[in-house]
Amino acid sequence: MTPLLAPLDIDGLAAPPRSNGELIFAEPWESRAFGMAVTLYDAGAFTWPEFQAALIARIAAWEANPGGRPWSYYEHWLGALEDVLAQQGTVAAGEVAERAQSLAHRPISHDHAH
Amino acid sequence: MTTSRISPALRTEALEQLLTERGLVDPAVMDKFIANYESNVGPLNGAKVVAKAWTDPEYRKRLLADGTSAIKELGFAGPQGEHIVVVKNTATTHNVVVCTLCSCYPWPVLGLPPSWYKDPAYRARVVREPRAVLAEMGLRLGSDVQIIVRDSSSEVRWLVLPERPAGTEHLSEEELVPLITREALVGVAKVSAP
Repeated sequence: MTPLLAPLDIDGLAAPPRSNGELIFAEPWESRAFGMAVTLYDAGAFTWPEFQAALIARIAAWEANPGGRPWSYYEHWLGALEDVLAQQGTVAAGEVAERAQSLAHRPISHDHAH
Repeated sequence: MTTSRISPALRTEALEQLLTERGLVDPAVMDKFIANYESNVGPLNGAKVVAKAWTDPEYRKRLLADGTSAIKELGFAGPQGEHIVVVKNTATTHNVVVCTLCSCYPWPVLGLPPSWYKDPAYRARVVREPRAVLAEMGLRLGSDVQIIVRDSSSEVRWLVLPERPAGTEHLSEEELVPLITREALVGVAKVSAP
């Protein structure tokens, strides 16, 4: 498998956080959010400029009105992915929230199921 | 955004479930992708140096004449007293870097070393039988290619300037950067065109 590497931004707010050149993920969900976008991109689900535009729009919206939310690159990344998928009709806007709500209410014993 | 109260971790899990159910994402494939990015998208600074040398002949000259200063021009500096010597790979000469004494590594330029770089077996064997070790790593070099093993020390750190692959003539410096892997910068792989 030779995956198509996404042309990630190197500088600026839309560039993923790096340390010493390496991509860094502060929490496991960040790498999952990252992984979903690059996997879907490789599969041709969207073009990189489409995703990049959505990411920049999310960041711009946060900059215009942070509303007390601290900077989190991968929150914007995830939001951008949701936006692109909603626009395409692949995953409707409400579906993610609905599923997340039901995950939040699952019994504790179910937490480690995959 | 009424749903912003839901934690991103939960939203991510929800989205992954939905995409998996629809057959759009295979979590196992995704694991491989993430690992691939984590290992290959690392050596960004070194990649920038190489891409500049490929596209700017004057910079290339400076880099080969005095690696430490040319790398510093781009804002990357190593620990004090560290000299980076840049050696170029060609169609007939192939440089590969090792540190037999320790695991000296120009990390400000290359990012963190790959795990195998510190492996005593790799260190010992690459000196003794570089052609076989490189072939095992997937790089088969013709018998007409001379292999030079560069042993890093605390005084000299080596950086390989890989060959620019054919078919990338139309690419800009920025477009070249993502092609350059950490493996290519220590000479255990070549750079491939996209």
